[in-house]
Amino acid sequence: MGRRTGSRTASAHAPAAALPRWIYVPAALGALFVALPLVAVAAKVDWPRFTTLITSESSVAALWLSLKTATASTALCMLLGVPMAMVLARSTSGLVRAVRPLILLPLVLPPVVGGIALLYAFGRLGLIGRYLDAAGVQIAFTTTAVVLAQTFVSLPFLVIALEGAARTAGANYEVVAATLGARPSTVWWRVSLPLLAPGLLSGSVLAFARSLGEFGATLTFAGSREGVTRTLPLEIYLQREGDADAAVALSVLLVVVAALVVVGLGSRRLRAQGWT
Amino acid sequence: MTGLTLRAAVGNRGVDIAFDVGAGEVLAVLGPNGAGKSTALHVVAGVVRPDDGQVRAGDRVLTDTAAGVHVPTHRRRVGLLLQDALLFPHLRVAANVAFGLRSAGRSRGEADAAARRWLAEVDAADLADRMPRQLSGGQAQRVALARALAAEPDVLLLDEPLAGLDIAVAGAMRTVLRRTLTRGGRSAVLVTHDLVDVATLADRVVVIEAGRVVEAGRAAAVLAAPRSRFGARFAGVNLVAGTAAAGGVLHTESGSWHGVVAGEVRTGEPAVAIFSPAAVAVYRDRPNGSPRNSAVVTVAEVDSSGPVVRVRAAPQSDGGPGLAADITAESAAELRLAPGDRIHLTVKAQEVALHPAP
Repeated sequence: MGRRTGSRTASAHAPAAALPRWIYVPAALGALFVALPLVAVAAKVDWPRFTTLITSESSVAALWLSLKTATASTALCMLLGVPMAMVLARSTSGLVRAVRPLILLPLVLPPVVGGIALLYAFGRLGLIGRYLDAAGVQIAFTTTAVVLAQTFVSLPFLVIALEGAARTAGANYEVVAATLGARPSTVWWRVSLPLLAPGLLSGSVLAFARSLGEFGATLTFAGSREGVTRTLPLEIYLQREGDADAAVALSVLLVVVAALVVVGLGSRRLRAQGWT
Repeated sequence: MTGLTLRAAVGNRGVDIAFDVGAGEVLAVLGPNGAGKSTALHVVAGVVRPDDGQVRAGDRVLTDTAAGVHVPTHRRRVGLLLQDALLFPHLRVAANVAFGLRSAGRSRGEADAAARRWLAEVDAADLADRMPRQLSGGQAQRVALARALAAEPDVLLLDEPLAGLDIAVAGAMRTVLRRTLTRGGRSAVLVTHDLVDVATLADRVVVIEAGRVVEAGRAAAVLAAPRSRFGARFAGVNLVAGTAAAGGVLHTESGSWHGVVAGEVRTGEPAVAIFSPAAVAVYRDRPNGSPRNSAVVTVAEVDSSGPVVRVRAAPQSDGGPGLAADITAESAAELRLAPGDRIHLTVKAQEVALHPAP
C-alpha cells in the first residue's frame, strides 16, 4: 500500500527466482482460511428472502448511515492525515519523532478502549466535552460521535500509508521545486500533493474500509440509536440476537460494499501509479 | 554579473569549506564520496543551514550565520540539477519547464512560450508535449536543464548531472551545457567524478577531501599537476607526499625521491612528487645500474582495459593511492604480473616534478 516504484528502471515485472514448491502449501492454507468463512456466510444466506432482509427499514437506515459516516470520516482523515503524514515524513524535530508512536497508537489499541477514551475526552463530563456541553454542543451518542470514532481508528491507517509514500518519494522533488522559485505553499499544492496522490488514494480506501467496519469504538462512544448511530456492523450484531438470517444477509452486504470500494478504487490506484 | 562566495562549516557532517566562483565561471568540485561536496551545494541552495558561514551571490547575502540571515531556497535564485532529472511526473514536459515561471506569477501563455524557447535551447523542442515517463535518461536531463535555466538562476548547481548517462548522450549534454551554463554571467558549480567534465566544462577546480578544500586552482593546472591525493587519482598521475629537502629531494616514510623542482618548494616543508604512470618502468628483479628513484611495491591490480596496461600497486604506507605504471602489453605478457607480486618500480629523476603541498 502506498508504495511507489522508485524509478523508471524498477520494473514491476522483474524476473523472480523460483519459490520452493512446499511454500505453496501454507500459502494455500492461509488463503483458504481467509476465504472459507466468507464462503460459509454466503452459503448460509437465505437467498429467496435476501432482498427483503436487506431492504427492511432498519437495514437501509443502517447502510445509509454507514456510507454517510464512513465518507465523512474518510474526508476528515484526509484533511488531517495528509498534513500529519507529511510532517512525520519530513520533519527532523525530536518532538515529532517522540509523538509519532502516540499518534499511531490507535492502530494497535482495541477499538472499545478507543471509544472509552473518546468518551472521556468528548463526552458530557469529558476533558473537552464539559466545555462543549456548557456551550450547548453535545457530541457523544450523536452521528458526529460515530464519525469521530471512525476517524479515531482509521486515521493511523491513512497516515501510515501516506507517510510511507512520502518517504519513498523523498524530498528531492520538493527541493528542486523550491530552487525553481516556488514558495512552500506552491510546492505543496503543485508538487507534494500530486506526487502523493497514489498513496492518498490507497490510504483513503483503507481508511474508508476501516471506518465501514468500525464497531467497538462506535458502540462505546456513540451507542446504538437507530438511524442516528447504529451503523451496519452494529445493526448486524443486533440482528444476530433476534433474526440471524437478517444478520447473515447484512454481513454479505457489508462484504460486497467493502469489496466494491477496495477493488474499484484499488484498480484506479494502479492506473494512477502509471506515471511513476 | 554575479559570482558566488561560499564559506561554510557544518559540524555534524564534518565539513568546513570555502570557495568562490567568478561571474560566468564554472567551478568543478572534485573529491571522494562523502567528502562534503553535496553538503556544500546544499548550503548554497539553502537546504542545509551551516553552523557557521556565509553565502553570497553577487551583492546578495543568502546566508550569514553571524547576522542571522538565511534566505529561503525559493528566493535564492539558485538552480539545482541532480543526477536524477526529477521531472515532476504528473506534468508534461512543457509544464515542467514552465514551472518556475508559473511560480513567479507569469501567465500560463507567457510561461508556456518561454518554456518552449528554453526547450529549443537544449535541443528538446520536440519533447514539449510528452509526459516525463516517455523520455529517455538523456532527454529527461536536457529537459531538467531547460527547467532550471528557465527560472533564470544567478547560480546553477550541478551534482553529477551526467553520471547516469551513456557516453554518447553525456557528450551531447556537455555540448548543451557549454553553450548555456554560464550565459549572461551566471556562475555554476559542478560536482563531478569525470575527468572529461572538468576538462571540457570547468574553468577552475577545487578538490574536497574529508570536508576540507585540499586543492584549488585553474582546471588545466590541476589536471596536469594535481597536488592532492584525490586529484592525483582523478587525473591519473602518481603522487607521493613527503617533506622537501635540498637539491630536489623529497623524503617520505618509505624512502627518498629525486626530482625536478617545479614550484616554490622550501626545504623542510611539505611537498609532493608528481609523475606520470607512463614514466614508470616495472621490473621483476632489482634493475641493473642505479636509477635515481626506485621503489619495491606489491601489485594490487593489473588493468588491461585501456590502450596500455595499467599496473596499480598497493596503497602507499601513508595511505596515499598506490603508485601506477603504464606498460605495454608485450612487457605485461613478459612480466606475467598478478596481484600480490612484489615488483620494482623505477622513475628517472627528470620525470618527477616536485610541487609544494597545499
